[in-house]
Amino acid sequence: MVNRIVVGAHYGLSDWLIQRVTAVVMAVGSSALAVYFLLHDDMGYDRWTALFASQPVRAFALLFMLSLFYHAWVGVRDIVMDYVKPAGVRLVIHVLVVLALLLYSIWSVQILWAI
Amino acid sequence: MNKRRPKHLALHLIQLPLPGFVSILHRVSGLALFLALPALLLMLQYSLRSISTYTVLMEVLSQPLVKLLLLGLLWAFLHHFCAGLRYLAIDLHYVHSLKQARDSSKIVLLVSLLLTMLIGVKLW
Repeated sequence: MVNRIVVGAHYGLSDWLIQRVTAVVMAVGSSALAVYFLLHDDMGYDRWTALFASQPVRAFALLFMLSLFYHAWVGVRDIVMDYVKPAGVRLVIHVLVVLALLLYSIWSVQILWAI
Repeated sequence: MNKRRPKHLALHLIQLPLPGFVSILHRVSGLALFLALPALLLMLQYSLRSISTYTVLMEVLSQPLVKLLLLGLLWAFLHHFCAGLRYLAIDLHYVHSLKQARDSSKIVLLVSLLLTMLIGVKLW
């Protein structure tokens, strides 16, 4: 039997879970969009905007994008932790990535609610 | 014992196993998709904002070089998607043996390439 004393904030575990939950959200969303494309051969500006003008689609699109940004944060953070060793450089990259993803989130709301 | 003894690695014989290859491509494709995010968001914005921005976007996307870049991004997405599904399957204990690990890696590589070619042909 392993008597391991578990300490810490466990944020690694919650990131592991969030990475998978956001992945499933995006897998469902992109599959649904692919099926929509397959069913509608006459895709043009009118059909495309009508799709995103629907409130549930718009809400799910935002959920998809926020999932994407959180997923990207966990992934990029893991890559940076693996390859960038100097603490200062690592911190700067982390801050830039977080700021970029926050800006993308605001931008996504603007894009989706401008229709 | 001398712990600083030289190691003789047969570098020409050592290669990344297939699941490792899929794994590093999962990383590379993920990073590529992250770096492409501003361009992808801009494309979504242009496609939705008005019929004139939509027309501009379609014109830009019809350039051969842009199409090639998009095809690369499409592969990155499809590989990341398929390799991600494989990881979810592993989490759910669907992969038990080395053979299954290798076979599923092969499937991921083949399916993502095949889908990229199919969609690429359709879009061209």
